[in-house]
Amino acid sequence: MDTSTGLTALAQAAFWITVGFTATGAVIAVFPRNILHNVLGLALALAGVAGLYLCLGSFFIAMMQLLIYVGAICIAIVFAIMLSRPLHLETPQRGVPKVAMALTASAVFFVAITSVTLRTEWTPPIGRGTDYSIETLGHMLLTRYELVFELISLVLLVAIIGAVVTAGFSRRSSS
Amino acid sequence: MNNLNTYLIISAFLFSLGLLGVLQRRNLIGMLISIELMLNAANLNFMAFNRFLSPEPFVGQIIALFIMGLAAAEAAIGLSIILALFRKLHSINIERAQKLKG
Repeated sequence: MDTSTGLTALAQAAFWITVGFTATGAVIAVFPRNILHNVLGLALALAGVAGLYLCLGSFFIAMMQLLIYVGAICIAIVFAIMLSRPLHLETPQRGVPKVAMALTASAVFFVAITSVTLRTEWTPPIGRGTDYSIETLGHMLLTRYELVFELISLVLLVAIIGAVVTAGFSRRSSS
Repeated sequence: MNNLNTYLIISAFLFSLGLLGVLQRRNLIGMLISIELMLNAANLNFMAFNRFLSPEPFVGQIIALFIMGLAAAEAAIGLSIILALFRKLHSINIERAQKLKG
């Protein structure tokens, strides 16, 4: 009994530490002026979200989050920063009224979504499956939901070709 | 701690920070970073609903994988557009890109 309550307290502490990492990373990703600090904050927030996926019980999605977001997207953003030289130079800040309007808009959005969330009665359906294993996920991804798999490979192919064409064409036309 | 509302509020917080970043930043790469935050908030919502409300526990995970692939494609296209724009304008200030303005 004593050890189980201790384990529960430990799990709660880990959960709230993960939430703290996520919130800190998100704040760092938005507010500082230095763009490299933003990218590092984004990586921290994404790793925190991967920890939240672990808390939600799906190991596979957490690993995919680490691989795709932290491993690929953040590195791609860092490469783009390094490729274009004066990106570290500061861009001028927006005027005070625009910043105030942006703050108001996002605060209104947050309050609205939170109040809707807290006032809704969420009722789970009667018969719920409890099979969270990776085997079932892979089986479903290749049988019943195969269209998703094919579609995402097509989208990635088109995106790769589009990125090459866009970046290469601008190089030819500018130099 | 481990109920649906906690996850939904965390994801609403992430989404509003991303919205604030998109509205307030002038740096194009900063806006792209904020868009990634918003996509992650949506993904966290899908996973939370999948864990607590969905009748089949893998549908939300498949949708989350799909969104991750879309986010990777979006980042690749967005970064190449930013590079092309930078070669043309020699700046990544979003307000300099106004050639189509009437």
